[in-house]
Amino acid sequence: MSKSTYLLYLGCAIPSRVLSYEISARKVIESFDVELVEMPEFNCCGLPLDPISHDMMLVLAAQNLCLAEQQDLNIMTLCPGCNGTLRKVNKTLKEDKRLKERVNGYLSKVGMEFKGKTEVKHLIQVLTEDIGLKKIKDSVKKPFKNFKVAAHYGCHILRPYELIGIDDPENPTILKELIEATGAKYVNYENEMECCGATIIISGERAAASEFLGKDNISLQLARDKLIHLKEAGAQALITLCPSCYRMYDFNQPIIERAFNESFKIPVLHYPELLALAMGFSPDDLALNEHRVNPSEILSSL
Amino acid sequence: MTKKETQLEKAQEKEVFRLSGADSHFKYEVSKIPGAEKLMLCFQCGTCTADCPVARFSGSYRPIQILRMAQLGMKERVLSSDDIWLCATCFTCTDRCPQGVEFASVLRALRNMAVEEGILPPGFREIASTVLKTGLANEITKLRLKKREEARLPPLPGSNPERIAKLAEIVGFSKIIEKKENKNV
Repeated sequence: MSKSTYLLYLGCAIPSRVLSYEISARKVIESFDVELVEMPEFNCCGLPLDPISHDMMLVLAAQNLCLAEQQDLNIMTLCPGCNGTLRKVNKTLKEDKRLKERVNGYLSKVGMEFKGKTEVKHLIQVLTEDIGLKKIKDSVKKPFKNFKVAAHYGCHILRPYELIGIDDPENPTILKELIEATGAKYVNYENEMECCGATIIISGERAAASEFLGKDNISLQLARDKLIHLKEAGAQALITLCPSCYRMYDFNQPIIERAFNESFKIPVLHYPELLALAMGFSPDDLALNEHRVNPSEILSSL
Repeated sequence: MTKKETQLEKAQEKEVFRLSGADSHFKYEVSKIPGAEKLMLCFQCGTCTADCPVARFSGSYRPIQILRMAQLGMKERVLSSDDIWLCATCFTCTDRCPQGVEFASVLRALRNMAVEEGILPPGFREIASTVLKTGLANEITKLRLKKREEARLPPLPGSNPERIAKLAEIVGFSKIIEKKENKNV
């Protein structure tokens, strides 16, 4: 399999709500010597169904892996949720022969077979492992000066460590290095590794609508906690890697501001947007107007 | 007996759990599920709960309690509890547990068991039916497809809901999500 060609697995969160991530990721990746091939078809990665049926999650992930095997290509993902699920299932099925047999028993009924000959990487692995920090630094034409940004890695890009293994979940550095490559200054803040809460915003839907988007919602409390710490640390923007985390801090920021009667106004950028801007792409190239917390004011003040 | 006293008695009755009513096989049932094998290794140190982001903001969600209840065989209370739907799957507990219990996976096993008993929160039911209908958990609207075109993004590859529905039949998923709640749980 060629190292510089990947099958792009978009997942559903990005095309359904967060196009800005896809736009910037494609621009960045295609600027380097990496070719992206569209998936011939793509289905749910399986993650959202794991709470309901672990077996259903396994077959959904496995049939996506089979599609990549049929193309004889490795997968690149953007969503850490999809990435974690596909990586975990790929690794588990390769190592656990009995489980592989069981899953293949299901898949054979739809004419598919998991062979275990594809690899799954997230965008930041392609950036750091295939392209490398040096090439990334060399591509920066307009380095940021005096831009203080903080990072939210998101849980699924790092945990569970045994199955993901991209970086140390207790003290990761991969995103810090990528951010510093753009010239931006990396700001530390309290409780940096705290979860965004996006995965249980759905559990809140069991409550009444008023309660759902109010102060009692645990997801909103978690996201608010992070916004408070970011403000205290003087971060001018937050950099994320996950469309769900992004939605918690960007889409839901005005909702949090209303519910708690507070003001944050902290723009949230996907990492490839930060890099693309430093590479010289304009905010118009990147459809930055999709962001609910408008980053243009901060960007033009730099 | 006044109405108030009866209510109090009922509340106490609900709080006190008698081990004679426990399901002593429950822990074995749970431990058989992939990911939940190490349930009995939990020695109640509380690392999972101290490090849990949800427990910080929830008045009732305590991983340590759910683990103990499962070990003791409090099947009905665990499976019908709203709390088992509050795990954010951040896997901090999984990575930090000194006994390697993998609480997030134990909880997933408990959720799967609750679904088998017909308990499925509406938000999750909705996702399940969207996946069966469209092949994806989030529906991609026509507006989004138009925005893709405007942004000159390549057309989306189609999903294959027919295959997904067929796999759902084979795995038994379709049957599970149609189940009605078993009132004894």
